[in-house]
Amino acid sequence: MIKFQGVHKWFKDLHVLNDVNLHVKQGDVLVVCGPSGSGKSTLIRAVNKLEPIQKGRIIVDGKDLSDAKTDINQLRAEIGFVFQQFNLYPHLTALKNITLAPIKIRKLSRQEAEGQATTLLERVGLADKRDAYPAQLSGGQQQRVAIARSLAMKPKIMLFDEPTSALDPEMIGEVLQVMQGLAHTGMTLMVVTHEMGFAREVADRVVFMDYGVILEEATPEEFFRNPRHERAQLFLKEILSPMH
Amino acid sequence: MNPGLDFSVIWDNLTHFFIGTYPNGPIGGIILTLYLAFVALILSFFGGLILGLLCVSSHRLIRYATLAVVNTIRGIPLLMVIFWMFYLLPALLGGHSAPENWTVIAALTIFTSAYMSQIVQAGIDGIPKGQTEAALSTGLHPWQSMVYVILPQALRNMIPSFVNQFVSMIKDTSLAFIVGVSELTHVATQISNRTMVYPTEIFFFVACIYFVICFAFTSLSRWLETRLAWRKAI
Ligand SMILES: Nc1ncnc2c1ncn2[C@@H]1O[C@H](COP(=O)(O)OP(=O)(O)OP(=O)(O)O)[C@@H](O)[C@H]1O
Ligand SMILES: [Mg+2]
Repeated sequence: MIKFQGVHKWFKDLHVLNDVNLHVKQGDVLVVCGPSGSGKSTLIRAVNKLEPIQKGRIIVDGKDLSDAKTDINQLRAEIGFVFQQFNLYPHLTALKNITLAPIKIRKLSRQEAEGQATTLLERVGLADKRDAYPAQLSGGQQQRVAIARSLAMKPKIMLFDEPTSALDPEMIGEVLQVMQGLAHTGMTLMVVTHEMGFAREVADRVVFMDYGVILEEATPEEFFRNPRHERAQLFLKEILSPMH
Repeated sequence: MNPGLDFSVIWDNLTHFFIGTYPNGPIGGIILTLYLAFVALILSFFGGLILGLLCVSSHRLIRYATLAVVNTIRGIPLLMVIFWMFYLLPALLGGHSAPENWTVIAALTIFTSAYMSQIVQAGIDGIPKGQTEAALSTGLHPWQSMVYVILPQALRNMIPSFVNQFVSMIKDTSLAFIVGVSELTHVATQISNRTMVYPTEIFFFVACIYFVICFAFTSLSRWLETRLAWRKAI
């Protein structure tokens, strides 16, 4: 579903992605972790071309991103993206946040779109918030609306860039629960997160990155029991330590 | 000459101040001032919007060309633009004379559009990049993201600046008297010339009128601002 082939990316002199090779199969749940600044966001943003790459190939759903014939807007409609900062549209209600793209891109009638949005809001546990503006919602609620907004396009792939990092601890669970539900539907998920509990329970595979290089790719069992790379060991020790 | 200030000249000419020589001549005075400002405001809103969007275009050539035009206009005094229009507009109309009102409206529109475009550009730049990214990631085209996500937010933030421009424009209409458009300042000059002895009273009154109108619109803007403010999500 998502294939990275020898991908390189530079910000000026900074080599942020260094020969990344990765294959996410349909229905897979891939968790990406690594220290701050290691290039996780850049990697996941490259999948829907929010960040262009300078070398290598990324193939998503059979389409080469660097191919001039690939309609990037059309492809993005098939890829949901959930941001750390939610990025809900502050001038629109939760419902309108969700219906905008389906009406404009999928050409749904307003009625159909609103029906679908209501169902999605129920699914993320926010049926009563359809007319609330983002500013009237808690962080966890905003993030769940943002997930519903992505799902409204019926994407084949969902990308999550640290979806719980901006949340208060008591709200993390509600968002992870929604994501876990998605994983069970068989959707292809790529998730940047430091929630190791989520990785352990939900992920099919875990990728560890540092300095733009994928240092380790393993099943969660392998990764947590016996991380091979020294930096991965260090990272796990820090993130799992009770002092953290 | 008379020792104190005598404001009876104002009362005697009050309708003249408000509507000029109407109904015996064309409408003038304060009404014409407001008319010129309103029409030019609406036109320069769209002018500024178009120029502003071109300024943030992803095509470098379009961006630089627009910026060059905008900066040129901003470097010219309004009075020059009015003169230009006075001679240029008839030429553009193939020798037909252009009504003076439209000369002034065209000049004000061109001049103010350039300033408005900067407001529009700043307004668009002020919306966090995450908004565009979110819109694009749902599959919206860049222009759709601009129309449905960025502009509605940016325009609301720009309302106070727009009103400021409008207030400037009301004051700028006074320059129209140079080409003989009988707006408030021109009418005041006429009355002053006719009566000879009350320039202080007349121009004090005119200043007050400009102030009252501008102050009213500034207050309106402040009221709108608080009404339309929505608390930003952090
Ligand atoms: N637009 C940019 N311009 C220049 N440098 C950038 C830009 N975006 C990211 N970088 C740099 O690229 C490197 C990788 O950034 P990235 O955001 O991918 O890291 P990350 O692993 O997501 O980190 P974090 O855990 O803090 O989110 C960092 O050193 C960062 O400073
Ligand atoms: Mg990041």
